[in-house]
Amino acid sequence: MSAPFVEIPEQEFVLPGTRTCAGCGLALAYRYILKALGQDTIVTLPACCLTILHGIYPKTPIAINAVNNTFASTAASAAGLAAGLKVTGKDNFTVLAMAGDGGTFDMGIQALSGAAERQTNFIYVCYDNEAYMNTGVQRSSATPQGALTTTTPVRPKEQPKKDFLTIMEAHNPSYLATCCSSYPRDIYEKFKKAKEKDKTRFLHVAVPCPPGWGFPASQTVKVGRLAVETALVVLFEIDEGTFRLTGKSLTMARSGRKKPVVEYLKKQDRFKKMTEEQIESLQQEVDKRWEYYLNRANM
Amino acid sequence: MSRVEIITANQAAAMAAKLCRVQVIAAYPITPQSKIPEILSEYVERGKLNAEFVRVESEHSAMTVCISASLVGARAFTATAANGLAYMHEQLHWAAGARVPVVMPIANRGLGAPWTIFNDMQDSLSQRDTGWMQFYCMNNQEVFDYVIMAFKIAEEVLIPAMVCFDGFRLSHTVMPVEVASQEQVDEFLPPRKPPYQISPSNPININPVVMGDLMPDSNGNICPDYMGFRRRLQKAHESALEIIASVGSSFGKMFGRDYTDPYYAYECNDAETVFVTMGSLTSESMEAVDILRKNGEKVGVVGLRVFRPFPAEMLARFLQQFKKLIVVEKAISYGYETPLATEIKGALFTYRSPSMPEVLSFVVGLGGKDVKPEDLIGIYKKSSEISPDRTFWWHQEELHDECTIC
Ligand SMILES: Cc1ncc(C[n+]2csc(CCOP(=O)(O)OP(=O)(O)O)c2C)c(N)n1
Ligand code: SF4
Ligand SMILES: [Mg+2]
Repeated sequence: MSAPFVEIPEQEFVLPGTRTCAGCGLALAYRYILKALGQDTIVTLPACCLTILHGIYPKTPIAINAVNNTFASTAASAAGLAAGLKVTGKDNFTVLAMAGDGGTFDMGIQALSGAAERQTNFIYVCYDNEAYMNTGVQRSSATPQGALTTTTPVRPKEQPKKDFLTIMEAHNPSYLATCCSSYPRDIYEKFKKAKEKDKTRFLHVAVPCPPGWGFPASQTVKVGRLAVETALVVLFEIDEGTFRLTGKSLTMARSGRKKPVVEYLKKQDRFKKMTEEQIESLQQEVDKRWEYYLNRANM
Repeated sequence: MSRVEIITANQAAAMAAKLCRVQVIAAYPITPQSKIPEILSEYVERGKLNAEFVRVESEHSAMTVCISASLVGARAFTATAANGLAYMHEQLHWAAGARVPVVMPIANRGLGAPWTIFNDMQDSLSQRDTGWMQFYCMNNQEVFDYVIMAFKIAEEVLIPAMVCFDGFRLSHTVMPVEVASQEQVDEFLPPRKPPYQISPSNPININPVVMGDLMPDSNGNICPDYMGFRRRLQKAHESALEIIASVGSSFGKMFGRDYTDPYYAYECNDAETVFVTMGSLTSESMEAVDILRKNGEKVGVVGLRVFRPFPAEMLARFLQQFKKLIVVEKAISYGYETPLATEIKGALFTYRSPSMPEVLSFVVGLGGKDVKPEDLIGIYKKSSEISPDRTFWWHQEELHDECTIC
């Protein structure tokens, strides 16, 4: 991994005309995901911001096959595509299932757990904007502690974010990786790798959301970078069971430089009610988790 | 050549699915249909059926797998009952809206709460408005035949189909079934021809967000709005009635059992009163009619096979000739009456004639309560005492006008 120079194809599969908000991290990430996976990808998606990105009938800015389905059913839909394509002799397709944090951490977990346990031959992507954005920024189990949402409008969310990566690791996927929309090269390389594998692959992609998080649309890349630079988001992969830090997180591990979480928090309105004690306790959590990752990476 | 086997309805459904060369099967256990996927998984594991069997974690996922597999061209099959069917509800709408020709046997069972594993038709009848076709079978032969016909019809009109039959009463009861040969079924039902081919070079966005107003595509052609898609589904249902008749008649020519009519009429020629029923109640009513006829009663049976699309005109015109219709059902639309009675009254009103039969509604057999020919004879007698303005509960408490167990 981490070759100094990576050739990213010119061909676009996310064409002009997406209906996302300005500065949407999801749109950034999706562009590189599809560049890596290519034309022979078929994506299945539930109700979420990605549906909106895909446009409104009869127009779509997406130049690959797409199959929409209901909120709880993403991974099962992928299992149906995989089975249907195989039995009709069209196994040249890469089956991609892509859902938001709500459609993965909450309602989609049953179908995803089932499909992963069966080692369905597909790539599952959870793009994580840390709330139900499509319905107006309601709290999900992926919303971090301390965040204001429209269903935690007065008292910020009390519980920490669900540790979904551990849940997915316990399903023994052939490949598990984390990405962030601010690091397109890392996204590209990881999805390239995922495409070459079979069985169940799971990728988590952190995507900042300007209206949902409360920061200007011009700051999406910056906020995503701060998430990684503070180690709130850690870039890694588990390839056939072998853990490795990648990209910026690997550089940080080598240099020992990590920014305080407050730099990330203060950029976003959703954290404006966090007290100094809460920020301090979050910092301790992040430090502990970072140590854990360094240990896993033997660093 | 065909051969006669003594089998249950579950076996009949599984054997028919195999003969239809289903390509993707996804199913989840629930009594009393579990045997269908069990038998099919054995066919697949022993190499007797070339299909992908997806052992899903829920009925919601079973239907999802069938929808997506069908969307990319596969012939997809599942089976369920009761709470399993209710759990699929969201996906039933999605399947019909996506116009996938999935076929699904339902071993009819009552819904909780409280729990029952036994038979009534509340499960499938309460899915009436999901956009699925619904066929009801009176014996195991019909289950076998309807699974095969359902694929042929569904793939022509692009509407999914339920093949419903009474749990335990048929699902677990053996009776002779003429099982067609593979050659016959292959001739009757060739491989599926999907309406489009999925291909990377011509990408499409299937079932996206559709607005409430007509919108132009990039070439300026006006495309349907949401309501336009709903109307297409309704039109497909209307046209399905003719396709069901023609498939039923070609099935008759090939296999010797004709299903042109959407209902089965027994001893109706000189009848003044008829039982109107669905499923195994039709067989039960026939026995009752034999006894009643011996006593000189002019009574017959009309067993409805096709509930959706509803054959309103044919049924109304046929039922008009009788003086009294005794609609006997294993379901209730809470707050009103038995569902088929409502449908029949509506059809009679739309196609009304100077002489209108009296329509009486009886609910029987909920949660597996036995319905014997004697019960139907009792219902026949009771029908001259009760008022048509409410459903009569054929139940001890109502018969004796007292609460027997509270
Ligand atoms: C069964 C069901 N319940 C609720 C909804 C409403 N719904 C549509 S999108 C959505 C939020 C999606 O949130 P997430 O998965 O995080 O994706 P995002 O919108 O944030 O991109 C919800 C709750 C639905 N479509 N289906
Ligand atoms: S709400 Fe957030 S995730 Fe959704 S489209 Fe807008 S920026 Fe993107
Ligand atoms: Mg979200």
